[in-house]
Amino acid sequence: MSDATAPAQVTPRANPIKTLFIRVGVLPFFLGIALVVFSFMSDKFLTGQNLMNVARQSVYLVLVSLGQMLVLVSGGFDLSVGTAIALTSVASALSMTWAAGVFDSVFLIIAIGILAGGCVALIVGLINGVGVAYFEVSPFIMTLGVSSVGAGLALFMTGGIPISGLPIAFGDTFGFGKWFGVPVPVFIAVICIVVMWLMMPRTTLGTRIYAVGGNIKAAHLSAIDTKKTLVLAYVLCSLIAALTGVLLTARVESGEANLGGTMALESIAACVIAGVSLRGGIGRVQNVVLGAFFIVMVQNGMNIARVSSYMQMVLLGSLLILAVIFDQMRYRMIMRGA
Amino acid sequence: MTLPLLTTHNLTKTYPGVRALDAVDFDLMAGEVHVLFGENGAGKSTLISMLAGANTPSEGKIYLDHHEVAFDSVARAKAHGVYTVFQEFSLIPTLTVAENMFLGQEPRMGILIDHAEMRRRAQEIFDELGFPISPTAQVSTLSRAQQQMLEISKAFHGDLKVLILDEPTASLTEREVDHLFHFIERQKAKGVGIIYISHRMQEFKRIADRITVLRDGAKIGTVEMAGTDEAALVEMMTGRQIADIYPTIATEPGDVVLEVADLATPGVARSSLSLRRGEVLGVAGLVGCGKSRFFRAMMGLGPRRSGTVHLNGHDITGLPTREIIRAGLYYLSPDRKHEGLDLAKTSNENLALNVVTSGAPVKRGWIDWRTVRDTVAEIATRVELPEDYRARRVSQLSGGNQQKVLFGKAFGQKADVYIFDEPTVGVDMGTRAALYLKIKALAEAGKAVVVISSDLPEAINLSHRILVFANGQVSAELPRAEASEDTVLRYFFTESEPVQ
Repeated sequence: MSDATAPAQVTPRANPIKTLFIRVGVLPFFLGIALVVFSFMSDKFLTGQNLMNVARQSVYLVLVSLGQMLVLVSGGFDLSVGTAIALTSVASALSMTWAAGVFDSVFLIIAIGILAGGCVALIVGLINGVGVAYFEVSPFIMTLGVSSVGAGLALFMTGGIPISGLPIAFGDTFGFGKWFGVPVPVFIAVICIVVMWLMMPRTTLGTRIYAVGGNIKAAHLSAIDTKKTLVLAYVLCSLIAALTGVLLTARVESGEANLGGTMALESIAACVIAGVSLRGGIGRVQNVVLGAFFIVMVQNGMNIARVSSYMQMVLLGSLLILAVIFDQMRYRMIMRGA
Repeated sequence: MTLPLLTTHNLTKTYPGVRALDAVDFDLMAGEVHVLFGENGAGKSTLISMLAGANTPSEGKIYLDHHEVAFDSVARAKAHGVYTVFQEFSLIPTLTVAENMFLGQEPRMGILIDHAEMRRRAQEIFDELGFPISPTAQVSTLSRAQQQMLEISKAFHGDLKVLILDEPTASLTEREVDHLFHFIERQKAKGVGIIYISHRMQEFKRIADRITVLRDGAKIGTVEMAGTDEAALVEMMTGRQIADIYPTIATEPGDVVLEVADLATPGVARSSLSLRRGEVLGVAGLVGCGKSRFFRAMMGLGPRRSGTVHLNGHDITGLPTREIIRAGLYYLSPDRKHEGLDLAKTSNENLALNVVTSGAPVKRGWIDWRTVRDTVAEIATRVELPEDYRARRVSQLSGGNQQKVLFGKAFGQKADVYIFDEPTVGVDMGTRAALYLKIKALAEAGKAVVVISSDLPEAINLSHRILVFANGQVSAELPRAEASEDTVLRYFFTESEPVQ
């Protein structure tokens, strides 16, 4: 008899708001509030054109947040994503200006620039990952230290002056170009989102990252190479940051050591608001994309509403803390079994 | 007729899916040693955790000196003179012994802590107890036995009314146990009521006045120690013949599958071991005797000083743990919370992990989730995990069901040798019987199984052969036929110095 009936729900149905909160976190609530508040503050906010604008602007933060998510899910965090962007920008710009004096092919010059940026980011990711996994430095200290080292090197190499004279085609393609009618940065971000969206739940690497962040000792006893998994998470995060660095460099058409300065805070905020647990093991790609979109939308809304950029910093910090508080509540509810 | 010092009325504790303690009426007289007796998961720890203030009752009342009390914290219980020595230590490893003893109630001179006074009083207590600990030593440098002594010593200051000792002798030598009992006698004389949890009948016969037996969360009865024999107690404890719980595992030893030669670790002397297919090896010994450390070293989970390990003829010595597991040696951790399960994920997700890492359903790096789901469902059925619990987060399950998930993880990984370290810690009788049948099935399917257990009947009754560890050495290796509880217990205590 009991086999024939639908699974009996003995417990009283929890209220839908709570269920939604536990399932996806605080994001839908924040998003709803932001939409309402900013529409009231300005009628230019809720227009198709403005929202398209937000989508285009959010590309860079979406990318960095995807990388940040990998590291957060593995149970750490990466404060050096901003530095990885700056280093990539400087390294790719310097090598492109150098290559321009040696080679004629614009394609080759750009390829060398991108490759150089990627290599630098690879090194940053490896240092972070090896420090955290093999020397067991806390992710906070490791990435904070690397972030200072990287920022110092980027400033040292450029003397604080932007490196100009990049190939015109570089900015025209990666900064302002279109592929199949889609802006190139958007195109690249969509590819990254799809790859991550497939990778996290469907490949062994994704499963390993979730397992390591959920309980590293249990993962170890489940025949997972926890150290290699951690290193991979940091390296991938850094490489995605490098990709962002290349796109931003193309956008500003120069190599700058101060690119990406606020990216660490913003990407962590985007992830936490999107329900990625700071304890590791929990987080979904599609929510993180929305989380990054939300942050950029709030910044856009505040710009339209003429909130000063200093006050914007205050608000962003507060949002992050608030999101973490909600994350704690959510975690307790999950463990208690609501 | 004197009135009791402490009483519980209808004391009940429920967890989702489990009634850990079921309407228990218990009383403790002043100047009495009252032993709580029962199997793992019988409710002893639940009962004392509520008396200690570590846990709050779902129902029922606690009276101390005829006044109802509600202990919402361990500190509150202590303020009422109820002090508990838990099995898990609450010591701060970076502070000194004396600082730990007087934490929160340091003797002062004005606003400054009087360290000299603190050391003097700590030394006084140690002298009285006969415990060889220096008050100035840092706790992290103490041995496990010394830490246990320190935990006990912490109880002996302040206004003590009720002293609760949860298996206090688990890692003490006989001489240390004598000192402890001597002190308990003196506390009794002062009118302190003592609740004493122990599995060792030989031991508590010396000090007990009354015994309360618990089984599956319910009180079976309270008897006077004088005039009660062991057989009666065991029958009260198990409620059935021991043979009922433990299946008979057929033995047809096959080829040698695991060969360990001269393996030594810090704290465990060189020992060798060989294991055949179809064989169940029981490993017994006190907590801290090195039995777990020996096998963890084999798995690459702890340091190894010397020796080799061969599995199916291949040398797996010193390989990383993941490669040892892939080679076919599986280790089930005794600590399912910290080493075993991801508590924030569901049972299915926990089980899926090992199915995925075993590599079976992976094609070119992509996981075939349909195969994984089918395998997970099959495993969950095999370990008798109720369907309602499979999509629930592990943190919400009872200890018994969590343990089933942990066993299920072992089945996701194909292995030839299974090492089960404390496989039934905190698990109820029904689940234990189910898990024992899994061990039987594994052995009869030609796997070799090691059962490391501090629960002596379990180690003996499941096995074909028993290995006993004492003070970091193999003190005996006995065939099942010669391994009665008394014989094995004798080898628990050796007078040899602990291996460094």
